Amino acid sequence: MSGADNKDTPEQAAFRAYCRDWLAQNLPDTPPVELPPTHVEISSHEQVDYLAAWQKRVYEAGLVGCDYPVEYGGGGRKNCQPVANEEMIRAKTPFLINSVAMRMAAPTILHHGSEELKQSLLPKIFSSEDIWCQGFSEPSAGSDLANVQTFAERKGDDWVVNGQKIWTTLGKFASWMILLCRTDRSVKHAGLTYFAVPLEPQLGKTVEVRPLIKITGETGFNEVFFTDFIVPDKYRLDEVGKGWDVAQTTLKYERGAGSLVAPSTVYSITKFSKKTSKAMKLIELAKESPRHNDTSADDAVIRDRIMKLCIREKAKSESFRRARVKGLTEHSMRIPLQAKILETELQIDIGALAMEIEGVQSTLYSGDENAPAGGEWPLSYLASLCLTIGGGTSEVLRNILGERVLNLAKTK
Amino acid sequence: MAQPQDYGYGEDEDMLRGEVRKFLRNKCDERTVMKLVAHNPDLGREPECLWDRELWGEMVNLGLTTMAIPEAQGGLGMSAVAVATVIEEAGRAALPSPLIACVNAAYVLRACNGETANAALTDMAAGKTASLAVTNKKGSWSSADTDVSATESAGATKLNGTAWFVQDARKVDFYIVKAASSAGIALYRVPVDAPGLTITPDSIVDLTRDQAHITFSDVGVDAENILADAGQGETVMAAAEPAILTMIAADMCGAAEWQMQTTAEHARTREQFDRPIGFFQAVKHPIVDMMINIDAARSLVYNAACAIDHEPEEAAEAAHMAKAEASDMAQFCSRQSVQLHGGMGFTWECPVQLYFKRQMHNQMLHGDGSYHRAKLANILIGPISPKAA
Repeated sequence: MSGADNKDTPEQAAFRAYCRDWLAQNLPDTPPVELPPTHVEISSHEQVDYLAAWQKRVYEAGLVGCDYPVEYGGGGRKNCQPVANEEMIRAKTPFLINSVAMRMAAPTILHHGSEELKQSLLPKIFSSEDIWCQGFSEPSAGSDLANVQTFAERKGDDWVVNGQKIWTTLGKFASWMILLCRTDRSVKHAGLTYFAVPLEPQLGKTVEVRPLIKITGETGFNEVFFTDFIVPDKYRLDEVGKGWDVAQTTLKYERGAGSLVAPSTVYSITKFSKKTSKAMKLIELAKESPRHNDTSADDAVIRDRIMKLCIREKAKSESFRRARVKGLTEHSMRIPLQAKILETELQIDIGALAMEIEGVQSTLYSGDENAPAGGEWPLSYLASLCLTIGGGTSEVLRNILGERVLNLAKTK
Repeated sequence: MAQPQDYGYGEDEDMLRGEVRKFLRNKCDERTVMKLVAHNPDLGREPECLWDRELWGEMVNLGLTTMAIPEAQGGLGMSAVAVATVIEEAGRAALPSPLIACVNAAYVLRACNGETANAALTDMAAGKTASLAVTNKKGSWSSADTDVSATESAGATKLNGTAWFVQDARKVDFYIVKAASSAGIALYRVPVDAPGLTITPDSIVDLTRDQAHITFSDVGVDAENILADAGQGETVMAAAEPAILTMIAADMCGAAEWQMQTTAEHARTREQFDRPIGFFQAVKHPIVDMMINIDAARSLVYNAACAIDHEPEEAAEAAHMAKAEASDMAQFCSRQSVQLHGGMGFTWECPVQLYFKRQMHNQMLHGDGSYHRAKLANILIGPISPKAA
């Protein structure tokens, strides 16, 4: 038995056994289509259909939305989603496609949505009947998110939206969007309003989605353009002018610091195991990579640098473990607010070291037949570069840590 | 064996830590320590041994000095996690005392696991203090290395040679001496006033400690003071090493937390360009990086301590990680603490210097970051191939 199991509540223990059993019997065979590494790189409807069907099965089995109230399509359990997440990772299931919806939209709707929206939207998020994307960033509102300029103008019971969003993950396949708009130009933060909007009916008319190609060469993000896009007022979350506060809820969950853990979260999977450790994979890589008269694994400098990353990876998982122990932290937000920095900077450092371990072999990219491991390392290194930018740059997160935890003067 | 998710740290442990923090804040704030140890900046000053014996007496009365001694020998028998959190508080206070020396001596005696060692533990529980005399002149931390020899003549053991880098050497009652004989490495208990034993204090950078080399010329040891027989000493030292590393790392975490909090306070109050300097990201971000580095090391310390308690087969790996990370972290935090205090941080009168120097000392004790990463690599990767070496 692994360490976490010892501290399961009776409900969690029973649920863990159920998850393990269900996953053992229902794990899918090899997918009929090649799957991308994460939901960000999904590029075809075949991939969407396969992954959405898988999520629907998992939801129907009760492994998604476990901790949400039953009346909103949830399982009504307590702290069971982390258990389901751990077991899904353990069983190596396909990833859950509706990640933006579950990490960001669902908790925001639960905290700020009307009763009607909670009942109608949440179940279709869990089942992935509705795929969601996020409409926050704009060309002139990145780290300074409160500078959002996409304008929603009130016309009777509707809002008319004009503007542009960017870096929209899953934008090409999403039917719904969480949308942060300006409704008052005379004030900054207090001039924002938050909506949960259906895109599908107006796609190609008042909504246009254009793909962006990532630094890796893969598809990923999109730009979304609104021209007199109509949003009925019933899709507003919380009050007019409260959009910034609502967005804070979204960001809290996106950065892994929310209390209601969403399925398949990126930053909440905390257990360190040598088998799944990415830093430990560098050891295998080093043993296969020639250097001097031997391998990189026999080079004292390379060994030291691999160990640094193995130690940091272990420290990260231990910090998440410690964050849950009363008395062993100085400030309740100190570790949660570090979570994204720890995870993402480590990923990039691992990629950069892998390049050095491979040496000149790392110049060979995915399409080259001589590339070690099919060019997997240069691809994942390049792909990792977005991690410290999206969802709050490392710089903005350091500001937040300095200001909220250490009370340093606010940068802005 | 598996570790408990909460490191075995509960309300009792937390209460004790809180009490120790309050106690040291009252009795041993940085101004008090400055007055006690930083009265003479002269580079040529005689090596000093400055500490508050009265405060130590109070700590003895509170039982803090017996934390790592098993209950069977009259100690508190606390978990390594609980001991580590108390050591952290000592580091936070830059406490000049033989506390860490005694705790580490206790872990070595526990690893000896014999009657003579248990008698030594019982003496320590009653107030006797001890330090390790286990290092050679080269400063090797290898459990096999020593410059002290043990020879048998007429049924008695005689020690000759010098043990180097002995911590808090003038604050303790006896040493645990590592010596080599033809039959292998043994450990002996030698009182500081043994005939033939000379303590030569070292001039050291750290103001919160004293250090010495101890010379033995025909120092006699009887059978009751053999803690580990010839051939057993290496195994004992290797078994105790994870605890030694973890406790020094814990001291570094506590000292670094003081460095970070003090630097943050300075950044909140010191104004330049009409703003508190913490406004500027060039100041704010390095302080946050101090915090991130401290948290990584602290988490590894608790993991290593918990492994000592619950998963001894994993303890060496975990302790190498903790000491490696804490050593690099201590250097980073020390440098930032001086840099971000500006010119004042560079002065003798600013207490930042106390912690900077204590961390320099801590960083090197029982191996620095690259030393322990090399050891860790031998475990996780395997030894370097002879072809490459």
